Amino acid sequence: MMTGPAQIVKRRTTAQRVAFSLLTLASLLSFLALGAILYTVFRKGVSAISWEFLTKMPKSGMTQGGIYPMVLGSFYLTAGALISALPFGVISAIWLSEYAGGGWWVRTIRIGVNTLAGVPSIVFGLLGFAFFVNVLGLGASLLSGAFTLGILILPILIRAAEEALRSVPNEFREAALALGATQWRSVRTVVLPSAIPGIMTGAILGIGRAIGETAPILFTAAAIYKTRLPDTLIDTLMSRTMALPTHIFYMATENPRGWQAVDLQFGAALLLLGLVVCLNLGAVIWRTRVRRRKQW
Amino acid sequence: MVTGTHDTKRETTAREWIRRNFDTQGVIQTEGLSFYYGKERVLQDVSLSIPLDGVTAIMGPSGCGKSTLLRTFNRMYELYRGARAEGKITFLGQDLLKADPVSLRKHIGMVFQRPNPFPKSIFENVIYGPKVHGIRKKSELQDIAEESLQRAALWDEVKDRLKESAFSLSGGQQQRLCIARALAVHPEVLLMDEPCSALDPKATDKIEQTTRELAEELTVVIVTHNLQQAARVSDHVAVLLAGGELAEFGPTRTVFDSPSDDRVCDYLCGRFG
Repeated sequence: MMTGPAQIVKRRTTAQRVAFSLLTLASLLSFLALGAILYTVFRKGVSAISWEFLTKMPKSGMTQGGIYPMVLGSFYLTAGALISALPFGVISAIWLSEYAGGGWWVRTIRIGVNTLAGVPSIVFGLLGFAFFVNVLGLGASLLSGAFTLGILILPILIRAAEEALRSVPNEFREAALALGATQWRSVRTVVLPSAIPGIMTGAILGIGRAIGETAPILFTAAAIYKTRLPDTLIDTLMSRTMALPTHIFYMATENPRGWQAVDLQFGAALLLLGLVVCLNLGAVIWRTRVRRRKQW
Repeated sequence: MVTGTHDTKRETTAREWIRRNFDTQGVIQTEGLSFYYGKERVLQDVSLSIPLDGVTAIMGPSGCGKSTLLRTFNRMYELYRGARAEGKITFLGQDLLKADPVSLRKHIGMVFQRPNPFPKSIFENVIYGPKVHGIRKKSELQDIAEESLQRAALWDEVKDRLKESAFSLSGGQQQRLCIARALAVHPEVLLMDEPCSALDPKATDKIEQTTRELAEELTVVIVTHNLQQAARVSDHVAVLLAGGELAEFGPTRTVFDSPSDDRVCDYLCGRFG
């Protein structure tokens, strides 16, 4: 048998080629899955998208008309989630990054935050149902749903804000303290302002997560069908609301006439998908721009 | 001096008071000062007295604890985990280690190794300290900014661009901005931690000149590993050796011409360090 050096080299190249093709194939597959989803939703849903579809109330058991109240409901839920969670998130991040140090309990809390990010969203839904709906007596309402989504995105906000605060150079803190500033003052006037772009990126990612979640609002806020919008602010906050993800879910599973309006279902899915993709893309673009402009 | 006359006057009187009471014993005194990072001892039994007038340089090979010694004077060492000072330090006769670090740092300013302006405008950088200490009036802040930038020899270069970002300045200008920022609080002592180590020779020269001029008005303590720099700017010099031992302290001329410690002689001749 011939085992010259030429043969060895050749065999190695073959092995390399096979491995390389497999790796390419694997990454191509995941890209293909994304492409297939985007393509299907776009092809089947694009015909439904129109100004009327976005701005009109639904009609005839939601098989005709628009999805305006669902869009509005999703907007309120997401805004409510961000408004309620962002202060807690930023304050927690400030504590973790600036004050807590590195003791075992801090590590425990950090592990807790990371675990919270991995909890299935239906569990948040149940927690929200038990706590906001029942214990606090808010009932199934926009408010309960917004708070539940708020807890869901809290770990995203905390992690993004903590990372942003940690990336602020220590020189800034030292400079402020050396001028006789208290630690809180240095955090407030120097560290936090420098971290705001990073915190905002986290907020956008949080919005992208909250807007697409179905399970957390299923028992806490979602209405299957409301024929008209609530009149007052209190009514808006304290009553159930329609929302994009739950609308898609109900149309596919609960509505007996859903099959009559497949294009409208895909239209709603396309809108939701488009929003999430845009938000995530926006966050990435903003982050790169801020990083490029950063002067330290 | 152009503006801020009342401030200059206030300083003069404060300085006169210090001179009357502390001229002989020095502004900052350490007695048997030892310093630890965890179990590691970085300063051992350092006793020295920083004189009121002129520039005092702290020299020594890298890792000998010069920066640490400087950071005990304004208690900046407390930011580091496990850092502990033992012994006695007095500032104007008061126990520095028991003082409130926040108010102490109003009297003892600091300039760092690398220029570290805030990501704010030039003006905002200078008035950061005064604002921290409760000065709100716009005209007063403007006066302080101009006076401080004058003292740091930066005013002429930045007077038309005070609103621009501090990062638009060159490295040397940034460092002088940091000096102005420290001066704006009107400290009695200015600590400088190798302020030229990140700068080119021209910028270094400018900082050294500024340092000499400042020494007319306040006490300057400068850490440097550059022997020529110490010889150029300082009136007194403290030489620390590896292990954080103070081997020599005295007038710069005397120490350079006839060091009493053989190891200091070796260090000055560049035989180690």
